[in-house]
Amino acid sequence: MEKKTALWIYQKMNEIRFFEEQVRRIFGKGLIPGFVHLYAGEEAVATGVMAQLEDSDYITSTHRGHGHAIAKGCDINGMMAEIMGKKDGLGGGKGGSMHVADIDKGMLGANGIVGGGFGLAAGAALSIKTLGNDNVAVCFFGDGASNEGTFHEGLNLASILDLPVIFVCENNQFGEGTPFRYASASETVAERASAYNMPGVRVDGMDVEAVYKATEEAIERAKAGKGPTLIECDTYRQYGHFEGDEQKYKSEDDPNRDRDPIIEFRGKAVENGWITKEEADSIESAAEKTIEDAVAFAEVSPLPDESSLYKDVFA
Amino acid sequence: MAERKISFMNAITESMDMAMEKDDRVILIGTDVAGGAEVDHLIQDDVYEDAFGGVFGLSKGLVGKYGRERVIDTPIAEHGYFSAAVGAAATGLRPISELMFNDFIGFALDPILNQGAKMRYMFGGKAKIPLTVRTVHGAGVGAAAQHSQTLYGMFGSIPGVKVVVPSNPYDAKGLMLAAIEEDNLIVFSEDKSIYGMKGEVPEEYYTVEIGKASVTKEGKDLTIVAIGKMVHVALEVAEGLEKDGVSIEVVDLRTVAPWDEETVLESVKKTGRLIVIDEANPHNNTATDVASVVADKAFDYLDGPIKTVCAPDTPVPFAANLEKAYIPDANKVLKVAEELIFDLKKE
Repeated sequence: MEKKTALWIYQKMNEIRFFEEQVRRIFGKGLIPGFVHLYAGEEAVATGVMAQLEDSDYITSTHRGHGHAIAKGCDINGMMAEIMGKKDGLGGGKGGSMHVADIDKGMLGANGIVGGGFGLAAGAALSIKTLGNDNVAVCFFGDGASNEGTFHEGLNLASILDLPVIFVCENNQFGEGTPFRYASASETVAERASAYNMPGVRVDGMDVEAVYKATEEAIERAKAGKGPTLIECDTYRQYGHFEGDEQKYKSEDDPNRDRDPIIEFRGKAVENGWITKEEADSIESAAEKTIEDAVAFAEVSPLPDESSLYKDVFA
Repeated sequence: MAERKISFMNAITESMDMAMEKDDRVILIGTDVAGGAEVDHLIQDDVYEDAFGGVFGLSKGLVGKYGRERVIDTPIAEHGYFSAAVGAAATGLRPISELMFNDFIGFALDPILNQGAKMRYMFGGKAKIPLTVRTVHGAGVGAAAQHSQTLYGMFGSIPGVKVVVPSNPYDAKGLMLAAIEEDNLIVFSEDKSIYGMKGEVPEEYYTVEIGKASVTKEGKDLTIVAIGKMVHVALEVAEGLEKDGVSIEVVDLRTVAPWDEETVLESVKKTGRLIVIDEANPHNNTATDVASVVADKAFDYLDGPIKTVCAPDTPVPFAANLEKAYIPDANKVLKVAEELIFDLKKE
């Protein structure tokens, strides 16, 4: 891995983790309306995939979308303000945590509907193909979404039309509180790819490099007109489905439970000489500061004007 | 020289053709919209003369002209391709996506209800969703309960969705072209039982304003607001009552969401009486919505109760006599009108 890629990945991983820790803290203080789903623990997936993407590539995200948005380059101040329901939020405070988006950055939105992204990503890939652009669309989805009927429709459609789309499953072992091993008739999500005549690979989702490499191959295939790839990333969420979830369904022997992808990546990056210890330290403190600044920014941002209630229903 | 007359369905085909000719970003996506696109014996120099162009044949000829890249046959997967149409609309294309019968929306609602209709609002005004959803509603062809419903009012209750229901070939072409030009999600709902109706349709490109009702016939005693095919029922009633010396104003709503309050209120303020005809089931539909707004905003002008004439609160039946009994017609409207105009009739 190139040094600049490793630096970028380590920075984004840290920004995501500090972001989620701060969201957790201020949610606990009652400063965030509604509910939040934290991405902490799954950082290797968003950063490993996004390290291969450009601004002009598209992604669709999930209810657990903060990590995807940060890694795709969404403005962090705007994200924090959005999650707090403030005027300076990316959506003017009208979307919130589950709808963080910035189309100019190719981020087509976190999504409150489980399984809502398969077709949207296929559609973005259809635009890419029809308009003749050299890009890809990536659909992030959870193991829970893999059991929605929309999974079948989206993957089948993308495959028959050879669309440049990559389906990235973040298998964090639980759909809300229901274990994947119970909810899925197949042992893995990846093996279902054969039904759609596309490659299905299963990678260690706690290992950035594994995700990064699998994504590289999928992009190559997509851009060569060979159609979609399904990548299943085996991961784990550090917190609950939502903040406040007692997580009694988790157990001591959950795979990946005791792993931290950020610590693992730091060790590997330093060992391989991609990043020095000093660089890693300084990235960590800079990321912490970036997120503290975002909270400060969002806290002083005003509430949306009441008149904005009526705006942007239609173009 | 007399204007050219073409059918309601040909007017829609012509409008899609013109829009695709004008703008390369306009694509057509749905089940069988090309019709047999991968069938070897249909492919002759990419002309596809025998590709059937949808179950009603409305997109016949378009795949030969614009190719499979822009006239895209999909699997029978309404969620999948509607969702793709929304994703494509958000990222630079201007899709027309066909829901073969509006009844199939059960499999395809999320892309409209939760994605396409809300992205712009949730994303702070940054998204545009230039998507036209063509669909088909209405009883009268013996298609029974799962292929005959009238559901445009359901779409119309979703903020972020505009719903257009043309009643004649001229409006069908102009409203379709206007819908495709809009940067919004438009549901364009066609009554299949009037596909063959002919009317004057100019050959050139023109649009009819979305959100604007039309006064099809002026009158002074009673306003009948009607939607789609029901406009012709209203005109039949008007003709009958004129003989009795009662003057009827017929308002064709044309857009059911957001519907044109100004035109309707102006008409009711003039006539003081209102009947709304809507083929939908009788509750929570467009007719009840019109009635409630008029009751609120024009109460002082009313000389009698507002009446709605709708389908009964039942599924659409199959047997021909039952289906006939289900659909609002001139006799049913006349019966209701009697209560409002008994004192106006000339002996």
